[in-house]
Formats: sequence, C-alpha cells, structure tokens
Amino acid sequence: MYGNAYIENDGNKVNSILADEDPIKLAEFEARIAAGDKIEPKDWMPKEYRKQLVRMIEQHAHSEIIGSLPEGTWITRAPGFRRKLALMAKVQDEVGHAQLLYSAAETLGKSREDMTNDLINGKSKYSNVFNYPAPTWADSAVIAWLIDAGAIVNQLANSKGSYGPYCRALDRICAEESFHLKYGHDNVVFLATGTPVQRAMVQEALNRWWEPIMHFFGPPDKASQHSEILMRWKVKMGSNDSMRQTFLNMYVPKIWDLGLTLPDPNLRKNEETGQWEYTEPNWETFKQVINGNGPCNKERLAVRRMAEENGRWVRKALMNKDAVYATPLA
Amino acid sequence: MEFTEKHVEGLKELLYKMADDLLIIGHRNSEWTGLGPMLEEDIAFSSMAQDKVGQSLALFELLHELGESDPDTVAFTRNDNQFHCSQLVELPIGEYDFSMVRHFFFDHAEAIRFEMLADSVFEPLSMVARKFKGEIKYHTMHADIFMKKLAAGGEESFSRMQNSINETFGLALGMFEPGNFEAKLIEAGIFGGEAELQQRWLDKVVPLLESFGYVVPKVENTEAAFGGRHGVHTPHLQPLLDEMTEVFSIDPGADW
Repeated sequence: MYGNAYIENDGNKVNSILADEDPIKLAEFEARIAAGDKIEPKDWMPKEYRKQLVRMIEQHAHSEIIGSLPEGTWITRAPGFRRKLALMAKVQDEVGHAQLLYSAAETLGKSREDMTNDLINGKSKYSNVFNYPAPTWADSAVIAWLIDAGAIVNQLANSKGSYGPYCRALDRICAEESFHLKYGHDNVVFLATGTPVQRAMVQEALNRWWEPIMHFFGPPDKASQHSEILMRWKVKMGSNDSMRQTFLNMYVPKIWDLGLTLPDPNLRKNEETGQWEYTEPNWETFKQVINGNGPCNKERLAVRRMAEENGRWVRKALMNKDAVYATPLA
Repeated sequence: MEFTEKHVEGLKELLYKMADDLLIIGHRNSEWTGLGPMLEEDIAFSSMAQDKVGQSLALFELLHELGESDPDTVAFTRNDNQFHCSQLVELPIGEYDFSMVRHFFFDHAEAIRFEMLADSVFEPLSMVARKFKGEIKYHTMHADIFMKKLAAGGEESFSRMQNSINETFGLALGMFEPGNFEAKLIEAGIFGGEAELQQRWLDKVVPLLESFGYVVPKVENTEAAFGGRHGVHTPHLQPLLDEMTEVFSIDPGADW
C-alpha cells in the first residue's frame, strides 16, 4: 500500500539535472516515452530518471513491509476463523508486494540489502500513514478498506508509467489490492451495521484515520520545472491533488452510505466544479511525522531493525560458501 | 463395524487434539508475519499458517457435525484447560531456529498422521486427511530444505539448530501422548494410534536429521512433555488465547 511519492526537489536547476546527458540519447529516450514505450533495465536512461525511480520504488517497497506491521498485530486477534484467515492472506500479500518491489528496484542497480539498511538507518522514507497506531480491530478494517483504496488510486496511475519492471509489479499488486479493498469493505460493513459497540468502534477509527488518509496523497503539488520533467518522463503520473480528488469522489459517498460520518464539516462536492471541497489537513503534522516524529515512527523502525538483527545468522548461513545445495523440489 | 458411544468419544478426542494443534501452531506461525529473517520466510510461514488454520477449521466443522458447537464458538471461547493441543505448539515463536525445528518435527508428524487417517473408516475424516496430505507435503519440503541448509551454514547456524533439536525433542515426543480411547480407535479402524505414529515419525525424522549431520537425542533418555492432550499446559497458552479472543469476546454474539 503506497500513497504518494515523496519526490524531493533537491533544488537543482533543470539545466544541471540534464547537463551531463548526451542530448541525442536523451531525445531518443524522451521520444520512446512519448510514444508509450516501456523503458527496460538495460536501456539507456538519464541519471535523474534512475535516481528518482529507485527512490520511489524503494519507498514503495518499504511502505509494504512497514505497512504489514500495524495490520499484522491484528492477525492474532482477528475475531473468528473467516477474518483470521482473510487477514493472514491480506498481510502476506503486502509482504509479497515488498518482495516484488525490491526486485523491481534492484533492476536499477541498488541491492535489497542496501535498501533495507537505508530503511532501518532512517535514510529512506516510507508512507507516512504507517506511523500511526491501529488501536482497535476497527482500525485494521478502516486501513484495509480506505488505505488500500487510496493505494489503488495511486498505483493504478503509476502502473501506466514508463518503467517496465515497476509497471508489471504494479499490475499484479493492484489485482491483489482490489481483493484487500473488498475484504476491508466487507469488514467495515459488518461493523457499521452491527451492534452499537461495533458501530462506535468503526466511527472512532474513521475519525482517527481521516487526517492520515487526507495526508496519504501528499501535500498540494507546487509546480516546478523539476516535477514537469518527471511528469514528462512518466515517473510521476498525476498530481497529489488530482489523486486525492479521485479518492474522495469514489469513497466519500460509500462512507456516507453506511451512515458513517467524516470529521470535516466542510467536506462537500461542489456540483458546479465537480471538485470536492475540504478543510486542508494540517501539513505541519505531516512534515513532523515524515521527519520521524509521528506516534509510531520509532516503534516501526525498531521492529524492523530487530527482525533484521535476529535474522542475520539465517541469511549468513544461507550465503555460506561451503553450504550444500538443497534440491528445492521433492 | 457399528460405532459405539466410546468410538464416537474417541473420535471426538482425536479431532479435538488435531484441530487444537493446528489452530495453535497456525496462530504461532502467523506471528512471523513481518518479522522473518527474510521476506521469503515471512511469506512461507504465513502460507503454512493459513493452511494450518484452514485445516483446523475443517476439523472443527467435522466436530460440529458430530454435535459440538460451531467452529468459532469452540475455538474462540474455551480456556487453556479445555484445549487439547500438545505443549510443543503453544510455546512462543522464540528465535527462528526453534520455530524451524518445531516446524520440522510437527509437520513430519502431521504428514504421517494424515497418511494414516487417509485410510480411516470414518469417511469424513479420511476425506479431509487426503486433502491435507496434498498441502502438507510443501510444509515438510520447506522444513527439510531449511534443516539441511542451516546444518551446513557454518558453525553458528549448526550449533543453534543442534541446540534447538536437543531442547525441542522432548516437547515433540509430547505430541504422541496417548489418548483415552487408543484401543477403541485402533479396533474400529478409525486411527492407527499414537504409538504407531510415534514409531513411524522416528523412522522418518531420525535418519533424515542424521543425514544432515545433526545428532538426535535418544528417546529412552528424553522425557516426553505430556499433559497437553489432557488440558495441562505451559503458562504460554492462556495469554495466547486471551489475545486470540480479545476482539471476539467483546461480543461473542455479534457478527464480526
């Protein structure tokens, strides 16, 4: 599950980004993308294209593995066989997405190990939304429905991007996420139409998650030449605001249909413009959380670090040069 | 042969201990999600967890057909002294070496149990056992590969695995604690019994482990961790159950 690429404009002038590039190769590259071709790992690509893609795919992969933690804690608490089995499969999918995405990023030259190290050292980012706690069962339901829904909006757009391995991974991921969304919706429906306790639980969870969901798509984009280039190269496929609008348009009516409310009195669709109006979420909070000061940043990374530490001997053993090959088939 | 009341009681006892074993080991396996030594192992343990919990559900459904409560009620409302799982499965996941050794011991026993039950005269059970056999062969394959690779993975790896084998062997023997109706089950052709299962298990796992280079403790020098089949558990089971039923018990009558 992944919302928005934190593509940072590092202040480089466009000229300096492209200064070292061979103009003929660059023109051919841009022509291929304009024609809808996919760029493959061995193809020529500008340095900035590679750098931004690694950053984006890596962030996405980290988001999947970190994202498995808040929901994962509910696997052992899921009420009844049906939910227990479904949630296990759902979270397993997320870990599988991380595996697919690390592989896609590796095609650009950065190893899984380097990416993992950057994650646990706090150098790489991941989706902000996973730095919030999931204190009740209903939170896990809201995540599975609405965070996965938001992720689909973003990932469907990105699957039309220009880098072949990422697009193919996203096609598969979106197919799986669409089941997650059905699972999450079914779960929310049961709670919203259940006992007063269940209903209150899901309403409270929705109130808690509304701001992180609004944050999920990232701050309103500032137009820059840098982001223009990334759009032209089909690295960035849509503005954060347009994705947020798509999400609101698809899901706010569904939330209201269940008799649930959202904690924003200004939220409404402007029928004239077709756009949703809302109170801007607090972007200062967003910045604080992304810079490590959210409620769960430390805990999430500590868990990841512990898993890496505890598993080191296993990875080392499997890489042992004297190890015998064990036939993988019966 | 006609089933007497004793046969049915024995059958229920058998189904309960299998279902409880599978539910609890599945629950434990699922705790590796997000924490494995590599992503591939998170995914593998999760797949096995799903198979185990699914198998457990199928067995609770058979019990339901025999007059017990529905699977959710049975699984999510009992206390530890009403559980019949072996103590082996209820221990926390610990480090990966313990989880792997437990997985190896447990799954080889289950694979043989299902093989024996595939011929059970109680047809609903023989049918599910045949289905489970198809699933579990991947579990034993996974365990065998890792037991072999970690034996050959250098000194630290080997000694961790060997220590875990030493510490887990008695717990594993606890799986074969005889039930109250062994003779009845054997006589009726429902199940060949725990003694036969243990012997077939030893014939399988001992040579396999030795071929990987491990030393296997002697049965006669090892105390089997009995008690689980009769509701006597380690202090680890009740907290697991409290966690498992945390949401369900908010309102057991609600639809979740």
